Amino acid sequence: MTDKFEIVSAGSALAGGATPVTPRGLPHRGGEPNASAAAVASRFPGVVLRSEVIWGDTVVYLTSGSIGEVMQWLHDDPSQQYDYLSDITAVESRDFEQPIEVVWHLRSLPFRRFLRVKTHLDKTAALEVPSVWGIWKAADWMERECFDMFGIRFTGHPDLRRILMWEQYKEGFPLRKDFPLRGRFSRAEQLRQALAQNPEAKYSMEELSIADAFEDLPAEMRQRLGTGERTGE
Amino acid sequence: MASGNRTIEVELSTSGMDSRGKPQRVPLVTNDGGSPMNVSAPQSMEPELTGDHMLINIGPQHPATHGVLRLVLELDGETVVRCIPHVGYLHCGFEKIGEYRQYNQIIPWTDREDYLNSIGNNVAFALGAERLFGIEITERCTVLRVIAAELSRIISHLVWLGTTCIDIGAFTPFLWAFEEREHVYNLLESWVGARLTTSATRVGGMAADIPAGWMDGLRQFIRNFPHTVDEIDRMLTRNAIWVGRTIGLGVMTPDEAINWGLSGPMLRASGVDYDVRKDFPYLGYENYDFDVPVGTNGDVYDRFLVRMEELRQSVRILQQAAAKLPDGPVNIDDPRIILPPKSKATSEMESMIHHFKQVMEGPRPPIGEAYVAVESPKGEKGYYMVSDGTSKPTRWRIRPPSFINLAAIPKMVEGHLLSDVIAINASIDIVMGEIDR
Repeated sequence: MTDKFEIVSAGSALAGGATPVTPRGLPHRGGEPNASAAAVASRFPGVVLRSEVIWGDTVVYLTSGSIGEVMQWLHDDPSQQYDYLSDITAVESRDFEQPIEVVWHLRSLPFRRFLRVKTHLDKTAALEVPSVWGIWKAADWMERECFDMFGIRFTGHPDLRRILMWEQYKEGFPLRKDFPLRGRFSRAEQLRQALAQNPEAKYSMEELSIADAFEDLPAEMRQRLGTGERTGE
Repeated sequence: MASGNRTIEVELSTSGMDSRGKPQRVPLVTNDGGSPMNVSAPQSMEPELTGDHMLINIGPQHPATHGVLRLVLELDGETVVRCIPHVGYLHCGFEKIGEYRQYNQIIPWTDREDYLNSIGNNVAFALGAERLFGIEITERCTVLRVIAAELSRIISHLVWLGTTCIDIGAFTPFLWAFEEREHVYNLLESWVGARLTTSATRVGGMAADIPAGWMDGLRQFIRNFPHTVDEIDRMLTRNAIWVGRTIGLGVMTPDEAINWGLSGPMLRASGVDYDVRKDFPYLGYENYDFDVPVGTNGDVYDRFLVRMEELRQSVRILQQAAAKLPDGPVNIDDPRIILPPKSKATSEMESMIHHFKQVMEGPRPPIGEAYVAVESPKGEKGYYMVSDGTSKPTRWRIRPPSFINLAAIPKMVEGHLLSDVIAINASIDIVMGEIDR
């Protein structure tokens, strides 16, 4: 085989050539914090609300306005290099007075570090947080899903649409705690809305516009789309 | 990375033998964007093809989209100009349901998200919940879970291989792959009683220890399976049609792959040596001797090579795990977390009380949160759980690798031909159950 690829063992980047091992006997709270937590606090005074170590993972709580700036620094700074975005999600507590938390899980592949960044969003204000789409393209669908499920708007995301629920979904945001498990509408109403959808219209206006296919549609459907109706999927 | 011409010797299966009785080999020179079979027609024969772009819809009910994926493509002739993916047709709300279930009751849901890797998901969820509970599992359980996870990786890669072969036009390797998959499913069936939806783990242990004689079946599988891999390797790796349909497609450079959050074979085919088993080990993977295959070009062909090599490496891990499986208990000895044995629950008062409390209330973790990632066949699969001290999680989040890998499909298919979209989509190894959850 002339084009045999090379077999490389991952994990040679850790300083000192040490091999990482399975964590055992982690304490509930406390333990050795990730050095990045202190680095963020000293680089950006006033943005770190608190930081803690829980089950071995360092959590940094930031003010919501500083997210874009701090994330950019964590990604770019040679001493941090958080080049891999593992996950973006949100957590709503069962206690209605608690704020919603947005959670970012970051990894630094060169330094083999893991950092959890959180910010609190007050439920009485608009649920808005800066997007990190410009830093990690991986944030594209993660932020869309978080918006879809929690209604958190990521400002600066270029295409913040629903992703798992359909675009005409009117019942709200399913993972919010005030959303009942069976859905907000009754079964009869859900059925009525499903039957009222136009199964013929499969494309969104945006998709139709790219191919000039809009002009080919029947006049009745053009008129309906023109009044702002999103097409069914 | 992925620059310059590469030469791959391929066997043309239709041609004859050379003078030494070996199959004749024809070097194919390829460059990045184009297909190696590309022969440009004389200019005069090309009709004038200027006109509107065409809108074409693939899916959601299409065999080559591996589930209910819908792709809306804008085509210029046969070239994809833009791709808009639509997902969500299989959305079941697992994460919402999980907030109303005890931890052990969530395990059956993990079977049903990435259903080709169900026992691997069970292991991953149990590891996450055990981190949240702060418990250490027994040595025997650790090794059993490694065996389960690697068997599940083999199943998933075999299904990927078989279905991708069918997408690209080869039928025979599909049958070979699915025959081996049956052997693994027979092993799983005799262990946990189910083939597809295994629900094999519990928080703090396993649903069942392996039955007597099970290891013999595993050793037989380990002996026979590499022959099948070699056979498929001989059939595909230098097959001219296979190489022609896969090479140079959907290239992701290492920087792009990291930035788009790709993981698993998708990331490693691009030349990034990131494997959760090596970099953030769990289940004592640092004690196993195995290699991580890393590609160089980041195209569909390299993803195929990486997955083929991972099949062989999984066999190596299985061999070592089978050799080191220790005796001893499988479950931890803590009646607050693990159900007592049935014989004790029906004969001893104390065990019956524990059984009652377990079933009615369920184990309660301390207040806290945990994110545990494992290397699933698709990539980095993470379970993030937040507990408020009750027996049901406040939030249960799946980090779905194929969801995040699929997000890069517009970037990968744009500029390629419509028929290559199928090959690129197949190379991502998506499972819609996991994407839509």
